[in-house]
Amino acid sequence: MCRPTHYTIAYEINPWMRLTRQTVQRRAAQQWAQLHRLLTRLGSSVRLLRPVAGWPDLVFTANAGLVAGGTFIRSNFRYPERQGEEPVVERHFRARGYRVVTLPRGCNFEGEGDALWIGSTLLLGFRFRSDAATHERLSRVLEREVLPVELVDKRFYHLDTCFCPLSTTSALWHPKAFDRYGRKVIERTVAEPIAVTGLDARRFCCNTIVVGRHLVMPRGVSRPLRHRLADGGWVIHEVDLSEFLKAGGAAKCLVLRLA
Amino acid sequence: MMPSEIVRVSGHIIDSLILPKVLDEIMDLDGTFEILQLSIGKRKADPSTARLKVSARSQPALQTILKRLVRLGATPEFAPDVQLARARKDGVLPSTFYSTTNLPTFIRYRGRWRAVERIEMDCGIVVDPSRSRAICTPMIHVKRADLVVCGSSGVRVVPLERSRRREVFQFMHSPVSPEKPKAQLIAGVAQAMREMKRARRKILVVAGPALIHTGGGAFLERLIRAGWVDVLFAGNGLATHDIESALFGTALGVDLSRGTQTRDGHDHHMRAINTIRDCGGIRQAVRRRTVTKGVMHACVAHRVPYVLAGSIRDDGPLPDVLTDALIAQDVMRQQVRGVGLALMIASTLHAIATGNLLPATVKTVCVDINPAVVTKLSDRGTFQGIGIVSDAASFLRELCAALRL
Repeated sequence: MCRPTHYTIAYEINPWMRLTRQTVQRRAAQQWAQLHRLLTRLGSSVRLLRPVAGWPDLVFTANAGLVAGGTFIRSNFRYPERQGEEPVVERHFRARGYRVVTLPRGCNFEGEGDALWIGSTLLLGFRFRSDAATHERLSRVLEREVLPVELVDKRFYHLDTCFCPLSTTSALWHPKAFDRYGRKVIERTVAEPIAVTGLDARRFCCNTIVVGRHLVMPRGVSRPLRHRLADGGWVIHEVDLSEFLKAGGAAKCLVLRLA
Repeated sequence: MMPSEIVRVSGHIIDSLILPKVLDEIMDLDGTFEILQLSIGKRKADPSTARLKVSARSQPALQTILKRLVRLGATPEFAPDVQLARARKDGVLPSTFYSTTNLPTFIRYRGRWRAVERIEMDCGIVVDPSRSRAICTPMIHVKRADLVVCGSSGVRVVPLERSRRREVFQFMHSPVSPEKPKAQLIAGVAQAMREMKRARRKILVVAGPALIHTGGGAFLERLIRAGWVDVLFAGNGLATHDIESALFGTALGVDLSRGTQTRDGHDHHMRAINTIRDCGGIRQAVRRRTVTKGVMHACVAHRVPYVLAGSIRDDGPLPDVLTDALIAQDVMRQQVRGVGLALMIASTLHAIATGNLLPATVKTVCVDINPAVVTKLSDRGTFQGIGIVSDAASFLRELCAALRL
C-alpha cells in the first residue's frame, strides 16, 4: 500500500474525477489508515511504498503492476499524468529483489487494475487503459492462459472496477461493463459468477479485497448482495472510502497483492 | 481493386473469443476477410495465431476497420515504407530513383498506401511530406532537396484488369492489319465517345497535317463544332495547312475540292503563316474574321483548347506554336488531366509524345494509313486501345456518320 500523503485530484482521466470536487486530505488519511488497520487485523502483512510528491495516484498501488512469484511486471500507464509513477515503483521492486519485467512502450498495461487471476487463468480488461495486444506478452512471461476481455463502460475503466475473483470458481462482476464476447468468456471461465447491479457497481462493490473468507468492501453494499454473499459464507467488512471514490478508486485499487 | 491489408492476431484468441470478434467486426464494418493461415495452440497456455487478409470498399473504410482491429490487439503486417532520398541538384534524380510506368501506382508512405498523382511513364515520384502526397514528376522538374522514391520496395503497380466482356478496347496484342472490319471498330469508337461524355471525361484529338491533306479537316471541324472534342494537340503543320485551306482552299498548294495542283500554290502555306503572324496569332485572326472556317477556327469559336508544339523542320512558325519542347510538354501535361479517350489521327511525332504523357487507363485510338505506324503507336506501353489502318479523311467521315453528324 502507499500512504495518501500527496493524494489529491490533480487531473481528470476518468469520469469520476472532477477537479472541482477536491479531496479532504485529513479524511483521506483517516480512511486509508482504517483500511490499513483492518487488513492487518484480518491477518494480512502489508508492505508500504514510499509516497512521492507530484504523483497523487501512486496511492492506487493496484495499478503499479502485477506480481507473480518473484517477478514484477511493471505497468505502462496510458496517460502521461500517471507515467511518472513507473520509475518509482520500478525502483521499489528492484530494491526488494524482484525480477522486473517491463513491456515495450506503446504496449499499455495497468497492472492488477486490469489483470486478475481466476484459477490459473489471467483475465485482462482492455480498451480504456490496457491494450488487448498486451495479453500475448503477459502469457509469454507468465506461461499461463491470458484472456483479454473488452470493457465497454467508461465508468468501469479498469477490470477491477467491475470484476472481482472471490475464489478459483466464483467472482463478483457487473455484466453490463463487458461486451457480449467478454460476458461469454467470463461465464465460461467462472463457474459461479455473482452478478452485481448497476447501483452496487457504481458504489464500487466489485472493488473488493479478498482475505481468506473476509471481503473488504467500500461502504454502501446493497442488502440483497450482502445476503447473497453472507449465504455463501463470506464475512463482509465495509470501510468508508468516499475520498478515494472521488478519483474512481476504492478498496482493491489501494492494494497490490504481493503473494 | 479493393484496398486490403494483412493483419496478424495472436495469443489466446480462441478462448477469449478475440478471433470470432475480429471476424465479426470486419463484417459489421462492411469489410471482407480471407484467413490466410491459422495455427491453434496445442495446450491451454499455448498461443494461437491467425493471419487474415482484410479488404474494404475504400481506403478510408479499410482504415476504420484496421483502427478497430488494432484495438482488439491485431497487428497489421504493413509493407515497408518506400525509401526516399533527396535530389542533390535541380533536374537530377537520385541515382537509384524508381522510374515510373503509366499504370496506376501506389506508394507506401507513413504506413498507408497513397496513389501517385498524375501518373506518367518514365518519371520519378516526388513525395511531399507536409501533405503526405506522392506526385509523379518528370526529371526536368525535380528540385534540389526534393524527396524522391528510390528502389521498388513499398511501391505497388496495379495492372489493368482485362475486361471479361469482349470489348472493342482490348489490349493491343493482336497484329494491326488493314483487313479488319472497320465499320465495327468505328462504331466502337463512337460508342466510347458517348460513354466519355456521359462520364464527363475529356476527349483528346492528336492530329497530323495529313488529316488536312486528305480532306479530313471538314469532318474534324464538324466534330469540334458538335462538342465531341475537348482538347486538340497538333503541330505547326496541321494548323498551317488548315488555315491555308481556309484562306486559299488549298493544302500544300493542292486544291482540296478538285484535288489538282493550283498555280503558284506552293507558297500558299507560307502566305498563310505570314498572314497569321501579321494578325498576331490564330485567335486574333479569327477575331478579325481573317480566318472564318476550318479546324482552328472551330477550336477558337468553341473555346476548345489546343496545343501546337513545334519541331525543328517547321516553317514560320505560327505565333501560337510553342517552340520550347519542355514548355510544350508541360502545357500538354496540364491538358491531359481528365482525358478519358485519345484519338490519334495521322500523326506519329505528336502521338508518341502524347502517349508518353497518358496514364495507361486512358483509352486510345490510333489511326494511320501505314500499318507500321499504327503498330508502333499502339504497342507503346500497355494501352487499352485499338489501331485502325485507314486514311484520316475516310476514318473521320465514318466517325461523323456513326455519331450522326
